[in-house]
Amino acid sequence: MTLLEPRLVSGAAADGHLEELRRDPIALMRRVRDECGDVGRFDLAGRPVVLLSGSRANEYFFRAPDENLDQAGAYPFMTPIFGSGVVFDASPERRREALHNQALRGDMMRGHAQTIADEVGRMVAGWPSEGEIDLLDWFAELTIYTSSACLIGSRFRNELDRRFAGLYHDLERGTDALAFVDPYAPIESFRRRDEARAALVGLVGQIMAGRTAAGPPGRGDRDLLDVLMSIRNPDGTDTFSADEITGMFISMMFAGHHTSSGTAAWTLIELLRNPACLAGVVAELDGLYGSGADVCFEALREIPRLESAVKEALRLHPPLILLLRAATRELEVLGYRIPDGALVGATPAISNRIAADFPEPDAFRPERYAEPRQEDLVNRWTWIPFGAGRHRCVGANFAMIQLKAIFSVLLRNWTFELAQPPGSYRNDHSKMVVQLAQPCVVRYRRRGGAEAAA
Amino acid sequence: MRIEVDLDLCQGHAMCELEAPDVFSVPRKSKVKVTQPVPPDGERAAVEAAVRYCPTQALRLFHD
Repeated sequence: MTLLEPRLVSGAAADGHLEELRRDPIALMRRVRDECGDVGRFDLAGRPVVLLSGSRANEYFFRAPDENLDQAGAYPFMTPIFGSGVVFDASPERRREALHNQALRGDMMRGHAQTIADEVGRMVAGWPSEGEIDLLDWFAELTIYTSSACLIGSRFRNELDRRFAGLYHDLERGTDALAFVDPYAPIESFRRRDEARAALVGLVGQIMAGRTAAGPPGRGDRDLLDVLMSIRNPDGTDTFSADEITGMFISMMFAGHHTSSGTAAWTLIELLRNPACLAGVVAELDGLYGSGADVCFEALREIPRLESAVKEALRLHPPLILLLRAATRELEVLGYRIPDGALVGATPAISNRIAADFPEPDAFRPERYAEPRQEDLVNRWTWIPFGAGRHRCVGANFAMIQLKAIFSVLLRNWTFELAQPPGSYRNDHSKMVVQLAQPCVVRYRRRGGAEAAA
Repeated sequence: MRIEVDLDLCQGHAMCELEAPDVFSVPRKSKVKVTQPVPPDGERAAVEAAVRYCPTQALRLFHD
């Protein structure tokens, strides 16, 4: 049987669909599904991208072995951020090794929940009884502290301040899709990306110099940076430079940073847009913590209404809107040909809103996760905020525990309200790393009376 | 109650072993072994947690 060629979506310009991907990727991907169905195609300056959606095509994508659909080469915008030799630049075997990150083991989670609750406490400690926060700035800073503390260690986290978060933000902004053509093109966001990385290497270098001068810490205080600094070559020289260690830390923190930050912000926005749901979550948390329970225990258990709200925020606003692989040979999906060397994409932004799988697809309906609907589990190949299959997000459990810990602390002592029209909160899709568009301000107020004492 | 494993998806994260150590075992750098494919009812809550927290959703539970 001859294979069909995936149909090319309308709207190609001289550079194919590159400009549209840089401007409005969701409109482009939705049109691919509308015009072409489960298997369609767009064009990135001459390189075909076979875009998959729907259950059967997604299952193919998520089950494909690395030998057929490889992550290396699929994310060219990450190499200047991580540095060479790190993550997507490494072989599939090395990546599989790295996946078994010790810090994400299940038995580490209780400590992480406490660490995260403490970090939220530190961030709100300076709040007056009422005020305003910008959700992007606030959650991006918080999740720099939580991810560095949990993944690298509290000792390292305590040597960071807001500067680290600001520089990290410039890295994330340096993910313009233009990188598919030239990751070093002379544009402002790439220039700032490279300056930010150099400045981060400088900060980490200073921290390392400070530790060298202070001498080795006690055994129990050692964090990952101490461990990496203690590794020596046979001739006695350091194995890892500040540049390499910074690259490792950037990459360890990357997957969990903008994703958790954006999901926390969107969960809060959606709860404030849906007051009845918010009231249910606050009552649920008051019930849990009213009797003095600890966040480090409760965040590991089920908190059904809060979890459903987080899942629904993730479905509507997935932090990653396009997952990519590179075809290492000619392949076949649902009777269509994938040419050797093509990029192959799956799209949480579109699949998560397929009406046949998710009734009222554009509405915030946390009740869809309660039994017996359980639309996340029933639609295992289309409910894909964390991806699916063998490359499903290894930090998914950590992310949910983190969000439960954050809201356990925030909603216990504070009330929030939108400071802008509800429809004015939106994502900025001009970079491959999606972030909230600013302004995105909410007001907070300390909970009064008997409630706050609980 | 019967457990089905999709070894194509299992990446050996061992979350299931943490949730239900009497039912699952995951040797280092290896994939899951179901030590009790038809576990007793007393293990139900633990097995359901293992299914839910599997990072790659490689486990499925069937109630016969």
